[in-house]
Amino acid sequence: MQPRGRKQVAAGIGGIAALAVAVSLSACSSPSSPSGGNSPTAAPLTGTLNGSGSTFQTTFQQAAISQFKQIQPGMTVNYGGGGSGKGRSDLASGVVNYAGSDSPIPTTEASNFAGKTILYFPVVIGPITMSYNLPNVSNLKLDPTVIASIFQGTITTWNNPAITALNPGVSLPSTPITTVVRADSSGTTANFSLFLQTAEPSVWKLGSSSTISWPHSARAAQGNSGIAQVIKSTQGAIGYVDYADAKASGLTFASVKNSSGNFIAPSPASASASAAGVTVNPDLTFHAVWGSGAQAYPITYQSWILVNAKQPNANDAKMLQAYIGYLLGDGQKLLNQLGYATLPASIDQMAKAQLSKITG
Amino acid sequence: MAGSARALTQRRPLGDRVFQALALVAGLLVLAILVLIAVATTQQSTSWFSHEGITGIFSTTWDPAHNKFGALSFIYGSVVTALIAVVLAVPVSVAVALLLTEVVPYRWARPIVYVIDLLAVVPSVVWGLWGILVFAPWVAPHVYSPVASALKGIPVLGNLFGPSSGGLVSGASFFTAGLILAFMITPIVTSLSREVIATVPDIDREGAYALGATRWEMIRGVVFPHSQGGIVGAVLLGLGRAMGETIAAALVIGSSPVITSHLFSTGYNMPAVIANQFGESSGVFRAALLGLGVLLFVLTIIVNLIARGIVARSMARQRGA
Repeated sequence: MQPRGRKQVAAGIGGIAALAVAVSLSACSSPSSPSGGNSPTAAPLTGTLNGSGSTFQTTFQQAAISQFKQIQPGMTVNYGGGGSGKGRSDLASGVVNYAGSDSPIPTTEASNFAGKTILYFPVVIGPITMSYNLPNVSNLKLDPTVIASIFQGTITTWNNPAITALNPGVSLPSTPITTVVRADSSGTTANFSLFLQTAEPSVWKLGSSSTISWPHSARAAQGNSGIAQVIKSTQGAIGYVDYADAKASGLTFASVKNSSGNFIAPSPASASASAAGVTVNPDLTFHAVWGSGAQAYPITYQSWILVNAKQPNANDAKMLQAYIGYLLGDGQKLLNQLGYATLPASIDQMAKAQLSKITG
Repeated sequence: MAGSARALTQRRPLGDRVFQALALVAGLLVLAILVLIAVATTQQSTSWFSHEGITGIFSTTWDPAHNKFGALSFIYGSVVTALIAVVLAVPVSVAVALLLTEVVPYRWARPIVYVIDLLAVVPSVVWGLWGILVFAPWVAPHVYSPVASALKGIPVLGNLFGPSSGGLVSGASFFTAGLILAFMITPIVTSLSREVIATVPDIDREGAYALGATRWEMIRGVVFPHSQGGIVGAVLLGLGRAMGETIAAALVIGSSPVITSHLFSTGYNMPAVIANQFGESSGVFRAALLGLGVLLFVLTIIVNLIARGIVARSMARQRGA
């Protein structure tokens, strides 16, 4: 009873604030900040928003959509998943109102968005774990050089001197290493390879892309959960798995050496720390991998919501401001329990300030 | 009714003409859709053709991170898996069709036919998931490994079934993909073969028996020559399905582009790579995936033409004999 009462009061206050903003908007008809602070815009809106793209965001979107329904009962938000590439091409062709994407628009797709201004709203951060299956080894430490060598197939057994040197006192078996990679193209692969390319450009030769030409010895599986399943059932396996899926599958994961030389375990807090230590471009694109900071977990990735700055009508613009405003505000509170990390406050503030650029 | 002997030149009734027009439109529509798909996908993939050139397209390097899109290992995988599927499925299918038409009484054949037809409606993703979650983990240690170590070093057999990386551990391989595809096309080939064999006139069969033929001699002398064309048609349809089947192959083939004679090795084929990588592709990468679709289309046509040629030749020879 009590929480509901509080929420209603909060929503009421938010509603008044938003109403005032709406009035001022119509009065002077110039774009201004639609919502001050963290309170969601709660002027009753009606309509439907459709989104598609990043599967990394799917769990967050689903949770956020059901919570958002309580704030804006008149609005229906759908999120279709399908992959970042699909989200971007859906947005370019006008099929959806917003797209989820784990990477900025690549230059090869720029022509699809010619003449349009696309706004980037970072909404989630997440660590990518180095999950492994070695009985009796619970606290493995790895550094980027070793990870690159393992996935390039130059380190093939667990008791390789390069690994034992990082793990003094741990008895590592002579089990052959089975690397597990994604069979489907994926933003997780793109950001994992980006991490290796950023951290160890001299060692990593396979490039950075949603699909990597892995050595033939690598085992491929579909999706994060597919990799998790193979690791679970294969002794000596190691793979890159999204944190939420690794937790859900009960996998063990390694601590990874960051740019400050500390071995950090993946967690929402250490992922946020990595994102807090990177340079953010004026358009809010950035890469959360290899962020500076003593407590930063280096294999951290991010996902954006992409929208057209110019919306076909004022209602669509208001709905997008309300929903994205919620994701950047109260929606952030959902992230930790879902296995994601929250945006660092600095980036969150920049994203909120950009909401007013969505115009009808 | 009696006076309905119209001259052939007379205009046919309206219903007849409408039906003819409808049939013609339906026929042309199929052709038009086929041509439009071919044209549209070719158009979308032109940047791949110009980016790679002929030698690039038929190279073995598929590396999107370095903008290299060679298709040869996928073409190889498609041909190999489809061949495995057909080699395994056709004898079984024809045998089952003969069993149902020539051996088992009609009353008992009926339920068997139902079960086989039910196999045909199992969705391909279910085949694929069963393949990767149940079949592959069982078959790798129990069948592939013993076979591989037994045949190691023997010429030809050792090259085909000897030890190789990948598939022996996970079970995901060319052979598993071919086997799953064989399961999938068996119902189709069986059904069609059965229908064709059922059209063999009873009087021909009885004639053969009257001449003292055994059942096998009757089948060889009467049933096969009569239904050969239809059975080959059934096989071609099955082959087409095996080459185009996507999700099941994507799940069990192992997703590793290599060219090797080892059938227990992980591999890749054209539909699987399109399904796996299309979601996050853009630019030349996307054009290359669409181009693979075009190549698959062309490959299917070539295989069909070759098969039809073989049939025409063997039928001509039979008539000559």
